[in-house]
Amino acid sequence: MKTKLLYAGLFALIVTALGFNPAAAADFSVTITNSTHGVYFTPLLITAHADTIHLFELGQPASTEIQAMAEGGDITGLATAVGGADDDTVDNPAAGLLGPGASVTASLNTDTTGNPVLSLVAMILPTNDGFVGLDSLVIPQTPGTYTYLLNAYDAGTEANDEQLVGGAGGVPGTPGMPADPGGLAGSSGTGVTASEENSTVHIHRGTLGDTDPTGGASDLDSTVHRWLNPVAKLVIDVQ
Amino acid sequence: MKGNRSICFNIILVLSTMLVLTACGSDSETPSGSNPTSASYRVTLTNITHSQPLSPMAVVLHGDTYSAWEVGTSASPALEVLAEDGSPVDLIQAADTVPQVLATGTGTGLLLPGTTESVDLIVSTADRVNLTVVTMLVNTNDAFGGLNGQSLDQLAVGQSAIFMAPAYDAGTEANSESAATIPGPAAGGEGFNVVRDDMDFVRIHPGVISDQDGLTGSALSGDHRWDNPVFKLVVTRTS
Repeated sequence: MKTKLLYAGLFALIVTALGFNPAAAADFSVTITNSTHGVYFTPLLITAHADTIHLFELGQPASTEIQAMAEGGDITGLATAVGGADDDTVDNPAAGLLGPGASVTASLNTDTTGNPVLSLVAMILPTNDGFVGLDSLVIPQTPGTYTYLLNAYDAGTEANDEQLVGGAGGVPGTPGMPADPGGLAGSSGTGVTASEENSTVHIHRGTLGDTDPTGGASDLDSTVHRWLNPVAKLVIDVQ
Repeated sequence: MKGNRSICFNIILVLSTMLVLTACGSDSETPSGSNPTSASYRVTLTNITHSQPLSPMAVVLHGDTYSAWEVGTSASPALEVLAEDGSPVDLIQAADTVPQVLATGTGTGLLLPGTTESVDLIVSTADRVNLTVVTMLVNTNDAFGGLNGQSLDQLAVGQSAIFMAPAYDAGTEANSESAATIPGPAAGGEGFNVVRDDMDFVRIHPGVISDQDGLTGSALSGDHRWDNPVFKLVVTRTS
């Protein structure tokens, strides 16, 4: 029964997708704004791709490429997986970090690729394995300006201990957070947790933090490093 | 680490993602159809927070270029007053001087959690009408709930649309949560203060911490926390 429903749903979705997206060719710009209070985005990967693939999926284990991005900000694996930077893939448009309140714009064109959907990822720093994400948005075809609000995800690959450990924390599988670009994190936290209860990609529960810069459970500051969704605003301007 | 499911086949989530994004995003496509000489709208706001009374809402119907705020940029003085003190007067007065503004209105008083109020507005065109609604979460330093420039062009006479709005941080007052700085009934402290002692840009509010979660000196309890969205709007085009 479940299988039947699944396939029925699949069929309906394919038809709907075609209906939404007859040409799949677009010349558009993407502007992303970090709308958080005090956390940073590491280099962004913004890519149009076939609707048969996903960079990440809710409820599914993260790929090793997503893990590398979410724990250490490394997007090289993901960029390679989608064929590298080209007309409809932009790698690191901000040339580094995108801070709270900052924006960056990138131009994409799917005229030659026909890729119908858009995805975006970047690590949220400082976190253990949090990232801002967009999974397979159907790219609008009609000229105009479209606004979307993006959520923070947890890759589910590392315990959110909220301990700042330096660069090694960015290596996949190594506990701890690699850096705090704002320089407002503390030290000597005993660790918020040592385990990851959900090993699939899920909505990030947010950081806990505390108000003790030299102790407590977390090295994060609850007045600086917390956020609520949405963490980013995405504006697509179709020419 | 958790298996190598890099880029896998699954179309089911393509559309579910899109629906979610559509539900929390907005678009402002070029309008089509007739160009009537007037239109009326009823804007009905419900406070959906747990325990944050909302200040009298400021409602602005406007063309494409007016913007009451922008994430990542400094709040206007009028928005600062609304976000710190709850008074919509300055924001409405400022809007009324802008040629792009078509109509303005305000709520009548504090809107308690779980309650609803409507404001009716009439404009001389139904072409390129955008809606902005702003209200302070009064048991905060400078948090406001806001809908920013939502296009109403697709709304035909008799139709309604529902929009959910997040809470922003005006960035004009530090989130000390102290009794002296929060004007709402939880504290009875100061409202507007011209000093800007926070990072001076608008962002999504990170939420309040409260004394129950370790912020020494906070006049707030866990009851005053929220998650987004903070208000629901039903907009009906009545003529």
